[in-house]
Amino acid sequence: MTTDALTASRRISYRFNKVGLVSLAVILAWALVAIFAPLLAPFPIGKIVNFEFFAPMSAKFWMGTDYLGRDMLSRVLLGARYTVGTSLAAVTFACFMGVALGMTAAVLGGWIDTVMSRLMDALISIPSKLFGLVVVAGLGSSIPVLILTLGVIYTPGCYRFARALAVNINAMDYVTVARARGEGLGYLIRAEILPNITGPVLADFGLRFVFIVLLLSGLSFLGLGVQPPYADWGALVRENLGGLPLAAPAVIFPSLAIATLTISVNLLIDNLPRKIRDQGV
Amino acid sequence: MANLVEVRNLKVEAVTDAGRVVTIIDDVSFDIADGEIVALIGESGSGKTTIALTLMGYARPGCRISDGSVRLGDHDMARLGESECARIRGVEVAYIPQSAAAAFNPAHTIMDQVIEVARIHRLMPLKDARAKAVELFKALALPHPETIGDRYPHQVSGGQLQRLAAAMALIGDPKLVIFDEPTTALDVTTQIEVLRAFKSVMQGKKIAGVYVSHDLAVVAQMADRIIVLKSGKIQEAGATEQIIKRPIHPYTKALISAVEPALFAGLDAKEEEAKAALIEVNNLYAGYGGFLDNGLPRFLTVKHVDLRVPAGHNLGIIGESGCGKSTLARAIAGLLPAVTGNILLEGKALAPDARHRNREQLRKVQIVFQSADTALNPAKSVSEILERPLVFYHGMARKDRIKRVDELLDMVQLPRGLGNRRPSELSGGQKQRVNFARALAADPKLILCDEITSALDTVVAAAIIDLLKELQRELGLSYIFISHDLSTVRAICDDVAVMYAGEKVEQTSPDRIGQAGGHPYSRLLFDSVPKLDTGWLDSLKQDAALIEAYAVR
Repeated sequence: MTTDALTASRRISYRFNKVGLVSLAVILAWALVAIFAPLLAPFPIGKIVNFEFFAPMSAKFWMGTDYLGRDMLSRVLLGARYTVGTSLAAVTFACFMGVALGMTAAVLGGWIDTVMSRLMDALISIPSKLFGLVVVAGLGSSIPVLILTLGVIYTPGCYRFARALAVNINAMDYVTVARARGEGLGYLIRAEILPNITGPVLADFGLRFVFIVLLLSGLSFLGLGVQPPYADWGALVRENLGGLPLAAPAVIFPSLAIATLTISVNLLIDNLPRKIRDQGV
Repeated sequence: MANLVEVRNLKVEAVTDAGRVVTIIDDVSFDIADGEIVALIGESGSGKTTIALTLMGYARPGCRISDGSVRLGDHDMARLGESECARIRGVEVAYIPQSAAAAFNPAHTIMDQVIEVARIHRLMPLKDARAKAVELFKALALPHPETIGDRYPHQVSGGQLQRLAAAMALIGDPKLVIFDEPTTALDVTTQIEVLRAFKSVMQGKKIAGVYVSHDLAVVAQMADRIIVLKSGKIQEAGATEQIIKRPIHPYTKALISAVEPALFAGLDAKEEEAKAALIEVNNLYAGYGGFLDNGLPRFLTVKHVDLRVPAGHNLGIIGESGCGKSTLARAIAGLLPAVTGNILLEGKALAPDARHRNREQLRKVQIVFQSADTALNPAKSVSEILERPLVFYHGMARKDRIKRVDELLDMVQLPRGLGNRRPSELSGGQKQRVNFARALAADPKLILCDEITSALDTVVAAAIIDLLKELQRELGLSYIFISHDLSTVRAICDDVAVMYAGEKVEQTSPDRIGQAGGHPYSRLLFDSVPKLDTGWLDSLKQDAALIEAYAVR
């Protein structure tokens, strides 16, 4: 009975501090917005609803209107879908590939490790924006292409990070014992190494998510990201750049959206509960 | 003022990670007279180092001297501020750490670091300091005293470095020197030289000392008085002779009986069983670091080793650091594939690489490592750790596994409730028992024990040895027991192999080891193990040629 209580308390006792809690709330709010955007948006995204462009905030248009007179609120809400969704998919892809390959390289070692590491180094040496430009120019811009491109760009970073952690764990005696027992690669990676690097890997996951949001916004700003009439936050900033001298809210709100999301993710990681952070190295 | 040091009602408190305040030193009082060496002895966590550090007015991070006084000469070190303590440290009280290798900065020459105290405190011109350092090097019996100071720390051996650390401590002519387990990390043959050097310098200069150690036999050579500590409290204090000959406190008695365990009586293995070799190793070569043109590894650490362990028997492998004993265990387990040579298990050849052995072969030979801290996955619970071999080798269903885990915990004498805990929630001895239970879970024939008691306190280690013997009686196991500690090996093995520089120099029964007629290195090793006798170090006569040939200085 007492031992049950002990395990139960271990599961629920993740304690966040205030900053962490607020950041988590902001992130969850944006995630909900991304999921329910079509229900929340008061106007269709591509429809010109006001003859005044760069309109100020009003009771009808909470965030004003954009350079064509479309409702900014609707566009920001739907933009969350593209920004959060695409980035999340890309970072998941990058982390999964990077961590899986990194652990494999660390466990196998030898020439496999060398070959994989050098290949990743080669990939890292290509500037990320340039790589994105080339791929999008060659294949055209669509969401799957964007996700894959962003994922591939950030895979080497995840790989390096995971490999460095896994090399340390790999030297531990419990991994040696598992080897002596005759365990295969899959078990070593899944059961012996992964549980001990999850803390740092999760932190890295969050940071890389931010990088990807920024890179995606950057690509969209250059016109290579999500294509009109749809727009992610980066594209929204670019579209409405002309409103800057007019003090139009249309350019402020998407910028604020990017800022709140990225800063919240950063702060959440910095203030993760000790239990999660300390798991692993 | 009669005594150099007077510690009265010392209390040290520490704040745990959870914010709780715990008392780690409680109401400790003792004196040290001029020129007297007092030993603080106890197990890990008994507070011996903490007390020694308070003599320098220092408490480790998170700790605080909360009550009592530590008077050293005219100062109360417990009351002084940090800068005042700094003025006293090095001049009136000096410290010799356990690991001199970690205490020296690899970027500076030894001489620069030895005379640093003189430079910081402006005691004397640097030229005089250097001359004095050379005098100390001579007094500490260091080779090439004139030039050794020009070397860098990595260019001298561990034993020399420890003596150089002593020179560093003595350059400021302190009244009190604190020795914090200074020989624990050294091999026995090296330890003797270091102890001799320490003793002669301390006696020659009439310096008082505090000697912190867990090793009663070493302390018996150095100290005038012994203070036995447990959980931050003094258990017994008295003259060295009295403590080791006529201990009063039961804890002291337990400590002393753990130093020299009884010889292994051997098993009543039936004759026909004994004839069949469980494992046989022929002409084994193994090493590290890539291969040379001649097909041998760059660092050949095991050369031409033959071993034979009959079923139900135990073989001890003993040798000093770097002799290849752990490499041998790894080669047998297949973790480091042997370069040449055969390993036969029950008459059938084993593949050199564990990956090419079948599951049944792997199951029969299990390996247990020294450090239970790194040998247990911190992310798993004890029962998860123990269940894995059951699934892997025996394909047991969940219900059977739970039953078997309970049985295994019973076998290693741990409470069943421990199964839900993580390794970090266990003590060192408990971890080593879990570590061992995992090997038992495979139902092995042979267990390779690589220094499994070395990281444990003597009393805990003695309990583990008893457990191993009992399990052997019940389960008919065989052990290959690797250790640097002769007395542990003698307590459990009915055959002892001595290794030196990668080769097996001798194999004999434990009661004959070190006797006349044996290999000279075995004799040296045997003679070098400190005995629980105050006069042992002074009366020890060693063959200089033997030391020249074998001891790594």
